[in-house]
This record gives sequence, structure tokens and C-alpha cells, in this order.
Amino acid sequence: MGEEIEPRIIEGALSLPYRWATGPVGAKFLEGLKNKKILGTRCPKCRRVLVPARKFCPRCFVDTDEWVEVGDKGILRTFTIINFSFVGQVRKPPYIVGIIELDGADVGFTHFIGGVDLTDIEKAARELRPGMRVQAVWREERKGDILDIEYFKPVRE
Amino acid sequence: MRKVAIVGVGQTRCGRRDDVSFPELVHEAVKEALEDARLDIKDIEAFITGSMPAPMSGINAPHLYWADAVGAYRKPIIRVATCGTTGGSIAHTGYYHVASGLFDVVMVVGAEKMYEGDPQGVMTTIWDYRYERPFLAGAPGVFAMQAMEYIHRYNFTLEEVAEAAALLSVKHHLAALDNPYAHIKQEITVEDVLRSRIVAYPIRLLDICPISDGACAVILASEDKARKITDTPVWIKGLGYCGDEQLLADKDLVWWLSAVKAAQKAYKMAGIENPVKQIDVAEVYNPFTYQELTFYECFGFCSRGEAVKLVKQGFFNKDGQLPTDPSGGVLCTNPIGATGLQRIAEAALQVMGRAGKRQIPAVETAFAHAMGGSYSLNSVFILSRSK
Repeated sequence: MGEEIEPRIIEGALSLPYRWATGPVGAKFLEGLKNKKILGTRCPKCRRVLVPARKFCPRCFVDTDEWVEVGDKGILRTFTIINFSFVGQVRKPPYIVGIIELDGADVGFTHFIGGVDLTDIEKAARELRPGMRVQAVWREERKGDILDIEYFKPVRE
Repeated sequence: MRKVAIVGVGQTRCGRRDDVSFPELVHEAVKEALEDARLDIKDIEAFITGSMPAPMSGINAPHLYWADAVGAYRKPIIRVATCGTTGGSIAHTGYYHVASGLFDVVMVVGAEKMYEGDPQGVMTTIWDYRYERPFLAGAPGVFAMQAMEYIHRYNFTLEEVAEAAALLSVKHHLAALDNPYAHIKQEITVEDVLRSRIVAYPIRLLDICPISDGACAVILASEDKARKITDTPVWIKGLGYCGDEQLLADKDLVWWLSAVKAAQKAYKMAGIENPVKQIDVAEVYNPFTYQELTFYECFGFCSRGEAVKLVKQGFFNKDGQLPTDPSGGVLCTNPIGATGLQRIAEAALQVMGRAGKRQIPAVETAFAHAMGGSYSLNSVFILSRSK
């Protein structure tokens, strides 16, 4: 097809705004955070307390029918220390993410883990272990958002 | 339900493919598959296509963008997008098309151009925007938590699991040198893996798959057609597919329900009671070394908590009891929308006896897996020389 030329790269971007509905159960859960409460809902069939609060149980496929306040302390089930960057990242790496089993809940709760010096990642990791107790650190100014909890910190009890 | 066979496969060279546009990349795999099956585009009755969620490539409804490239002019074309599982999901869909009797010859096409966007940013947006998205960092961030939970569940030390993970990385990197389509071609040592940069603790750079551009196409046919097309049809003897809950923190990350169930269903259909004895080679979807250990357990290749020991014994090596990923697997090549289909194509080539330098001797039955969703979906295929 004639003269060969180098393929080019064309740069572009997509930026699409959204407005997302929380639903009434989501709204009540988020309002709870504003008041330093972590709210779950109980499944009438399997009796599990689901956090964040759900309208329905994913396993039993029935609507939940009871609000339950769970603790803001719990057990660290697992964690990782994030040490890479990507578009849309909320925090600057390195930072710790964990799954916490809150007191009174029957499922895990994903959040940041903090209060640990991250200068040396491997050293920081040795200060954490699955099974240890952690507690929510609440922001002074809360607006009804999952980030009203700044992070969960390891605690000795 | 009718029998369905794989009658042709096509793969592109994978890596950074700035030399071609996305449709051109797809076109390469489609032409390869047609040549492999000695078919003409007019012989294909329908197309099942798939890739990651559209923001990966920055073009919505990518199958419309690919339509000319796959040859879908005046023919049905469907898009299935289930994240990492996509390659397995489109193969399932293709199987249903033929098994149902509605179509005799269909083409399944999976592709990705990961260098064109921000893959970890895109993957993070699959999570619930209210509750989990701020915390879950791409694929490494999620599967690193699985790794930590695995270590804790079976009371391992990090060191003993890290060593098994590193051995897997070394094995797959060595295997990829024999795969002409593979992306990462680099001989590495256990020490290289253990000294590589921490990306998401405890996962290091050499424990993780690359991002790749690449495409794969597979042609499926009914029994009558398959016998006319090829002397070496590869029969889909069993298949299974299963999902899980949506939120990450709801799930058991280690004894992964959807992986267990998908394998059980495929085994039952294919009459497999002892996977290690009855499967000659397995193409496991293995983007992360630590995760691969959990899959071996979920698929019944060994008992729970036993994978670490068996990896160190060479059980899954090329000359071991159950060779895994002689292609180098996902760990060395990962154009996500194609990756699950590459497992099926590679397993089919093993059954046909046409896998070149990566061929495992006398393969009668092969296992092909895909994993994805929001840490929620698993697909398993059992391919065989006999019906």
C-alpha cells in the first residue's frame, strides 16, 4: 500500500460525572457514620448481621428486617500495604488496607489501617498480624461518608 | 444438548502492541484462527466477543468497534464482559450457542489493549463507590489480602509461602520462553523474585502478571461440522461457572466458593473423580503466584493447605504429577479480555499435540480456567481427545 510510516499514538481522556443514589438503607448507614455509629442489618433467615447495612441478604435473597449497631472495634482478618499508584487513588502510597471483623458483625468490613510507621514497609508489616484487635479512628468533622472513619488503628486490650 | 468441539485457535503475539490499532490486533487473532481451522470467514455463523469493562480501552461497546475486524458484517455479534473471567465467559457463551443447536460454527474472540489506559484505575472502579472503592487498589491490592489470609489460615510463616510463590514465578517465566505468543521472556531466579519490589505486601513485582496487549480467537463447532473441519477436534467434555457475593469483605478469600463450585461442576460433567490422575495438564488462570496456591486447593489438585509443600516438591512442574501452565500462564502474558481464552486455546493445543516446545507428552485431557468478576467469578473447562 505504498510508503510505510510509523504508527502514531493519539492521546485523549474520558471524564464523566455521575450522581449516585444511596437508597434508604445506604442513607441510614451513612447518616450513622456521621454520629460515630456503624450500623448493620440482620438477615431474618441466616441471622447474620451484615455491615455495611444491606437492604437484602446476598446469600438468602430475603430482605433484612432489623437494624443492629455493631462495634467500632474488631479483629483484623487480613491486610496489605499498597505501594503503587493509579488514577483515582484516594491516598498517596504507601498505605495499609485491611478487612476487619467488627464486634457484633458476621461479615468483614474493608477500610484503611493506620497508626503504623510506614517508612519501612517490611518493618511495618511485622507490626501487624491477622487476628490482632483494631479500633476506628473517627474524623472530627464527619459528613456521612465511609471516610468519616479515618482508619482503624491497632489496640492493646 | 449437542457435543461441541474446538476446531481452531488463533493467538497474537502479546506485549506492548503500539504497532496496531485495537481492531487490527483483534483481526490478527481472527485470521490466525481461520487459517488454523482452514475455514473462510463465510463459514462462521456468529461471533461472541469480550474484553474488560469499556473504560479499559476508552471506547464504549468495544464489540461495535471490533465488528469489521472480526468479520461480523451481516452476522450476530454479542459482547460479554466479566472482567478477568471474560475469556471463560465468552467460551461458555459460544458453547451454549452450538450445544443448543442454534448455530453450527461460531467464533469466540477475546482481546485487550492494556497499554492504552490505566488498568489498575479501571479495575478499582468495579467496586461499590460508597463502601469499598476508596480502599481497594486494583488487582494487586485485593489479591494481596487473599495472600495474607492464606498464610494466616494455615499457620504458615510468610517465608515458607513466599518461597513457594517464588518457585512458581521461576517455573512460569522459564516456560514462557517456549511460548512464541508470551509477553514476558526473562529467565529469573528465586532470589530475583524475593528481592523484587513490594507492590502490595506481601506481593512483589515478580509475583505479578504484566499488563499486555493481545488477542485470542477460538472456533467452536458441532460434532458433524467438527469432523469435516479437522482430524483433531478437541471436545468440550465438561464446563462449570460460578459466582460469589459482591462485596470483597463478604467472601471467603481462601477457600473460594466460586472456584470450588466451578471445578466441581465441570468435573461432574466430564466424569472426573480424581483430577490429578485424570487431568494431564492444567492451564490455571494465575495472575498472582500466591493466589495460584489457593487455586490448586480449590480445584482439588491437592488438599487444603497442601499446595505450598507440593510446589516445593515439583508436583506441578513440567515433569511433575500434574503439570500446570506450560505456556507460562497469566503470570507472563495478560491481555485480560483474551487471557481466559488463551488458557482454553493453550489447553486445546496440548490436546491436539500441537503445543510446540511447550507440549506435555500424550495429553488426553486438559483443564482450562479463568478467574475474575469482582473477586467473584470462576470458569472451568475440561477438554479431551475423546467425546
